[in-house]
Amino acid sequence: MDRAATEAKIAALIAPFNKKGVVITDASTFAGDLEFDSLTVMDFVAAIEDDFDIIISMNQQAEIETYGQLVDAVVKLQG
Amino acid sequence: MTDTMTAAPDLFSKFDALIEMRANLLSTGVTDPYGLVMEKVLSPTTAICNGRDTILLGTYNYMGMTFDPDVLAAGKAAFDAFGSGTTGSRCLNGTYSPHKDCEEALKEFYAMDHAMVFSTGYQANLGIISTIAGKGDYIVLDIDSHASIWDGCKMGDAEVVPFKHNDIEAMEKRLKRIPAGAGKLVILEGVYSMMGDIAPLKEMIRIAKENGAMVLVDEAHSMGFIGPNGRGVAEDQGVLDQVDFVIGTFSKSVGTVGGFCVSNHPKFEIMRLVCRPYVFTASLPPSVVATAATSIRKLMHGAEKRAHLWANSRTLHGGLKALGFQLGTETPQSAIIAVIMPDLERGAMMWEALLHEGLYVNLARPPATPANMTLLRCSLCAEHTAEQVQVILGMFERAGKKIGII
Repeated sequence: MDRAATEAKIAALIAPFNKKGVVITDASTFAGDLEFDSLTVMDFVAAIEDDFDIIISMNQQAEIETYGQLVDAVVKLQG
Repeated sequence: MTDTMTAAPDLFSKFDALIEMRANLLSTGVTDPYGLVMEKVLSPTTAICNGRDTILLGTYNYMGMTFDPDVLAAGKAAFDAFGSGTTGSRCLNGTYSPHKDCEEALKEFYAMDHAMVFSTGYQANLGIISTIAGKGDYIVLDIDSHASIWDGCKMGDAEVVPFKHNDIEAMEKRLKRIPAGAGKLVILEGVYSMMGDIAPLKEMIRIAKENGAMVLVDEAHSMGFIGPNGRGVAEDQGVLDQVDFVIGTFSKSVGTVGGFCVSNHPKFEIMRLVCRPYVFTASLPPSVVATAATSIRKLMHGAEKRAHLWANSRTLHGGLKALGFQLGTETPQSAIIAVIMPDLERGAMMWEALLHEGLYVNLARPPATPANMTLLRCSLCAEHTAEQVQVILGMFERAGKKIGII
């Protein structure tokens, strides 16, 4: 799956977690702009993992701060 | 120094939010829930706190062994015979015969081939997890795992993959996605200490084994009273023989301090040379391991105490529920009963009101708690009398009405 298609899927998955309706760009940060707490992160990561059938380990999550970085990571993890 | 040079930040500024939160809470005049001092300890269930006779309902002293005469006598004898401390690592000058005897007691208690005693339970998790799961291996663990488990993961080099609390399907999906050929370690707890709920170990361990994983179970909060021989939740559910590593502590049912790992792995003894939190610290004082060994052997014959502790747990759980408190579990599953508070402020007020009634419980707050809850965590003791449990319920009723929670 290319970046655009991956991004479109992630955009749909993030919607229910974006409670404040923040406009999301590649530069949006999860902790800052989206105000995700650790519980939201866990549920959101689980939703992505299940949809793409991948593992995003805690070690990898630590490197992901922005939406754009997440999309890039998911593209890469799909191999 | 010129104006263009920026001053280095104060390394403590990262704690500002917590400092402010604490200041706000204490400015309401509430007693600091994390500053309690016990002036006198009268028994496993009573102490004098702030000059007041207090029933202890937050000590994890499940089996009440802290004042057992045989345990105290063993400790005193070892103290006199071996001195106040070992001043050395288990690998060098820190292994005395009481340390070996304590490991023998653990092997008898669990009927397992190997036992290794650490200086604390925290170090047992830290050491075993960080040592056995290395680079390229995967750790699959419950998101509500204890801090010592998370810290063990953080200290090691394995990939760490959490799953939703007690969710069998979420665990299985993650296990199946691990790349072929990678080593796998599943980490579970028997009793989760925040809510006092138990894990569906039978199903989870079966799935872990089907997927080629080794299994580590932390039985800190179940040792001594869950299972026919008090070996924990895995024994109770009939799957202890499938567990590769049991982690436990001496600071709960055993009634002193220290931690351990028991295992049937044929190569287990190599841990004594490669596990850094075991090697690079001083061993426990001989009096401590002597008290632990005596206590562990007595716990093997604690069926009556176990039955009384279960009765206490059922009475308190049922009574609190009937009073209208919201509890962490629908049914009593362990000796921990978590009372869910509406928020931190009222939780702290309720904690203080109970202390004024003469009752000590643990106040647990985020981030240590699941789902950012504020909890009053009650842990029962086999030495609590049936009458004391009724007194405790009366205290909860008065305090709960005063604070407006029920």
